[in-house]
Amino acid sequence: MNPANYLYLAALLFTIGAAGVLIRRNAIVVFMCVELMLNACNLAFVTFSRLHGNLDGQVIAFFTMVVAAAEVVVGLAIIVSIYRTRHSASVDDANLMKL
Amino acid sequence: METLIGLLVAAPLLGAGVLLTGGRRFDRTGHLLGTLFALLSFVFGMVLFVNMLGKNADDRALHSHLFTWVPVEGFQAQVGFQLDQLSMTFVLLITGVGTLIHIYSIGYMEHDERRRRFFGYLNLFLAAMLLLVLADNYLLLYAGWEGVGLASYLLIGFWQHKPSAATAAKKAFLVNRVGDMGLSIGIMLMFTTFGSFAFSNVLPRAAQAAGTQHATITGIGFMLLLAACGKSAQVPLQSWLGDAMEGPTPVSALIHAATMVTAGVYLIVRSGAIFNAAPDAQTAVVTVGAVTLLFGAIVGCAKDDIKKALAGSTMSQIGYMIMAAGLGPIGYVFAIMHLVTHGFFKAGLFLGAGSVMHGMNDEVDMRRYGGLRKFMPITFVTFGLGYLAIIGFPGLSGFFSKDKIIEAAYAKGGTEGWILGSAALLGAAITAFYMTRVMLMTFFGEKRWVPDAEGHEPHPHESPKSMTVPMIILAFGSVFAGGLFSINSSFVKWLEPVTGHSEGNSPVSTGTVTAATMVCLVIGVGIAWLMYGRRSVPAVAPRGSLVTRAARRDLLQDDFNHVVLVRGGEHLTRSLVYLDHSLVDGVVNGSAASVGGLSGRLRRLQNGYVRSYAVSMLGGTAVVVAATLLMRAV
Amino acid sequence: MSFPLLTATAALPAVGAIATAAVPAARRVAAKYTALAFSLGTLVLAIIAMVRFDPGGARYQLTESHTWVKNFGLHYDLGVDGIAVVMVALTALLIPFVMLAGWHDADPLEGPDPNRRWRPTQGFFALILLVEAMVVLSFEATDVFLFYIFFEAMLIPMYFLIGGFGDRAHPGGEEEAARQRSYAAVKFLLYNLVGGLIMLAAIIGLYAATARQLGTGTFSLQQILDARASGQFKLGTDTERWLFLGFFFAFAVKAPLWPLHTWLPNAMGEATSPVAVLITAVVDKVGTFAMLRFCLQLFPEASKWATPVILVLALISIIYGALLAVGQRDIKRLIAYASVSHFGFIILGIFAMTSQGESGATLYMVNHGISTAALMLVAGFLITRRGSRIIADFGGVQKVAPVLAGTFMIGGLATLSLPGLAPFVSEFLVLVGTFSRYPVLGIIATLGIVLAALYVLVLYQRTMTGPVKAGIEGMADLKVREVVVVAPLIALLLFLGVYPKPVADIVNPSVKHTLSDVHKTDPKPALEAKK
Repeated sequence: MNPANYLYLAALLFTIGAAGVLIRRNAIVVFMCVELMLNACNLAFVTFSRLHGNLDGQVIAFFTMVVAAAEVVVGLAIIVSIYRTRHSASVDDANLMKL
Repeated sequence: METLIGLLVAAPLLGAGVLLTGGRRFDRTGHLLGTLFALLSFVFGMVLFVNMLGKNADDRALHSHLFTWVPVEGFQAQVGFQLDQLSMTFVLLITGVGTLIHIYSIGYMEHDERRRRFFGYLNLFLAAMLLLVLADNYLLLYAGWEGVGLASYLLIGFWQHKPSAATAAKKAFLVNRVGDMGLSIGIMLMFTTFGSFAFSNVLPRAAQAAGTQHATITGIGFMLLLAACGKSAQVPLQSWLGDAMEGPTPVSALIHAATMVTAGVYLIVRSGAIFNAAPDAQTAVVTVGAVTLLFGAIVGCAKDDIKKALAGSTMSQIGYMIMAAGLGPIGYVFAIMHLVTHGFFKAGLFLGAGSVMHGMNDEVDMRRYGGLRKFMPITFVTFGLGYLAIIGFPGLSGFFSKDKIIEAAYAKGGTEGWILGSAALLGAAITAFYMTRVMLMTFFGEKRWVPDAEGHEPHPHESPKSMTVPMIILAFGSVFAGGLFSINSSFVKWLEPVTGHSEGNSPVSTGTVTAATMVCLVIGVGIAWLMYGRRSVPAVAPRGSLVTRAARRDLLQDDFNHVVLVRGGEHLTRSLVYLDHSLVDGVVNGSAASVGGLSGRLRRLQNGYVRSYAVSMLGGTAVVVAATLLMRAV
Repeated sequence: MSFPLLTATAALPAVGAIATAAVPAARRVAAKYTALAFSLGTLVLAIIAMVRFDPGGARYQLTESHTWVKNFGLHYDLGVDGIAVVMVALTALLIPFVMLAGWHDADPLEGPDPNRRWRPTQGFFALILLVEAMVVLSFEATDVFLFYIFFEAMLIPMYFLIGGFGDRAHPGGEEEAARQRSYAAVKFLLYNLVGGLIMLAAIIGLYAATARQLGTGTFSLQQILDARASGQFKLGTDTERWLFLGFFFAFAVKAPLWPLHTWLPNAMGEATSPVAVLITAVVDKVGTFAMLRFCLQLFPEASKWATPVILVLALISIIYGALLAVGQRDIKRLIAYASVSHFGFIILGIFAMTSQGESGATLYMVNHGISTAALMLVAGFLITRRGSRIIADFGGVQKVAPVLAGTFMIGGLATLSLPGLAPFVSEFLVLVGTFSRYPVLGIIATLGIVLAALYVLVLYQRTMTGPVKAGIEGMADLKVREVVVVAPLIALLLFLGVYPKPVADIVNPSVKHTLSDVHKTDPKPALEAKK
């Protein structure tokens, strides 16, 4: 099968993820879209690894997974604590840092 | 002997240090200590004088090098003294009259709670003045020059609680600073011309330099003249002297009559070599002298304040000296001779005035005196002798010294000589007039006394011994000094090795000059007697003619200064303060404001919505990627 | 390896700053003594450095050199020439007096509050020590970048000193005081930051130029000068001029030169007087010092090219500063404008490029530091007593506090350069040095001495003389601590006025080096030139 197809899929997934981050207000959904973008990148890495015939891409994909897992932990914790204090999971409500 | 020169200066300096920093523990002995240090200095001076007399006339100068003051590449300022006959004359005058006035002040300042400080300042003055006349280079002279200015400032403003005294002190210092500017520019010119400012380097080479550097030498001459005008209260920088009379009377006698104000004459005579090489500067000097001698005399005629009348007279007499100094080698010796005799009689007159004030509750208005001769016999006699001396009564000091100057002025030759000689003669007549006026208003006529502001009736009485003794000694000097100096032309011979001397060819004989002077004297005294002796003196000044009114206001020079310099200066500084705030600062603040406005607009982008930040990140990434691809493609 | 004396001179106050800051909140007095002890220790080190410095020896002495970041040509290079060692000594000398004078300036107004951890006293003294460390390092650094770091870093403690410890005697009340103070602090910071950033650009430019011509870039002054001497390194005319302007701008802001001076009156007016002394007598000197060390040495040709403009600006500073001083109603602002005038003299002396001018300018830096310190600190005592700094609120002080008035007078006389006091020597040298090359400028600058007399005497007359004004009657005379501050300064003014030789001898050889950098020789006297 043409490896380029995997790349097309990765690009598609990344775009969907990016659009989700920009458009959705629910923090959980935004978060899932971020994960989607990360996984799109992973797919691209693995594809490139296959294309170039070395293992670099696969190694980096593992790294990404680990980082993503760590990020989920921190991110979810933040979202939960914001939800507790403000009773909302909308990202627009969390704008206290604004000048 | 050389070390003694240093001690001469050091003694009063030490006195000033002790008295000014010693604090209250010297309050009870301060005046005695101060007088002691002055006396010590006088004794050193006498020792040096006797030693000098024992030497050959051409070999009398002593030099003493102490240390290097400012060592910089190409600029070596030394602290060194030079004691020759000219300096010696001044040393004796300064320490002698200075000591007498210290003694006088013990009585005069007896009731002043800050007497210790007064003596400290007097000692400081002596030290600075001695430094001035003993310095062997112009920079050190400058140090003394400003030092006496400081002492004068402190002493004029001694009664600082009086705003008029504080203002007068400030004015004196400022006007003097204008003159000092002249001296410092003069020194700089010497430095760029000769590479030095030591007397021993500059003066001998002045004549040689005049060949190639004529304009520079003339420039130096003019700058030194400016300095002399400031210190010696000559037109156009004379305005401070009248106001300086705000100071205690002993100060007026010592600083503003006998010594400091004559420093300008010293400077010109000391720099004789430069002026000899710069005829244009000399012309300026005699012009300044002639104008001032008339100016001061006219002002002196109109003043009712006894001290201000005497101040006008001082100005006028120094005008004589400056004029004589401007005549060149014919006049130098006589300038100094008049300076010394003037030191005696003018100091005596001021002390007499102080004695009168002492007995009259510090009243200075002569219209409120009258008939004092019976109450203050000693003051009357000593003041009277000083009076006779200053108007040039035959046989007394002023007669010898002033006649010589008038003669020398005629000897200048040509139209110039006639003008100068006639101005000097006219001055002599006016001198006779105003001094007779002072004499008559103070000691003769009926009593016009009025109670002072607090209602005390004046009870004129003779002053204590400590005050009268110095007056008597000075009166002796006023009577005999001139004659003594003229026996065998001893004074001329004494100074000749330093200043040089030449006999001019006077178009009029000595006898004629003397006769003319006598006529002038009689006219002056006569008019004064007609106006103030025969008629009674009104207790309130009559309105007077236009000239009288102008003369009362120092011939409007102060008004001119006020309008042009004071007001103009105020406007200038005020507008500059405004400009600094609005323009210079405004430009910067304006640019700050525009940066602030821009950042305010940029701040709106930071709206706190995560997605708008995400868009900008995405947009940024897209731009970077697009740019990279584009670069690749190209 | 010998003992790193120069590092120690800078490190001691830095350590002192930490130690002072660490003193517990309740023990304010201990903090003060700690700080004072460290500043005195620094003074001892600075004096040792001055004694060890051999005027006849190499140009830079007591050098220390370590590579810092090799790839960027950064070095930790220290070294002092005669000018720098004198400036370090001046800084170390003034700091203890500044501390003593400001002994109570940072005491909390209300009683100690156990719940508050805020320690203003500790902060005040620690910041002063920090400034000292940075100033000393910027005098000692011979690496351009190292210099830049401290030149900029000293702004931070200064910012807090100006903004955080303002003058309590403010005409507009507490709130207005706080507003003015923060305005002054921000203005100070912004002016100097802008200057510094332009200089940073020039420094990078210089680095790029060395990298291009020498292969490896360097910030080391010594290496650059050596390379130039051996002909390997030569800046193009235009490049040199641009770089010079970048450097000069920063120094002119700091010095300050007209028309970049407007931050100084604000900063000096709003800060407490000891901090004002720190600004004008210590921090600003880095600006004029750096002109001598960096502008003239690195860019001799451009310096000569810019001389006419700079001299005119300096002249404007002299006259303009003096005139504005005359027009001030606020004692501290008056002294600030007087300083603008004096900095004009210093810059005039530096760019006259004659031995007398340069030596005079260096001595001027020292003398101005001491004389302004004396005047400003006494003014501070006066202001604290009256609770006002408006001249019109004073009058007749001389009657109730004669010693205070006397010291104020001496400080004033030093400011107007009376012979016998130190500033006269340096001012006259600057004037002579300028006059011998540019007679007209010299004569105009001489006007400054008349104007100086005017503003000093007007100030003295209005505050000290006349009838005793309301609010002055009970004014106390100087206390022992205050006499201890002023008396040594006055003694020093007298000593250096009569016998400036010890300092002049250290400075002269360095001046000679600097003049040979710019290839200038003194004009010959007119008579000798003919021979």
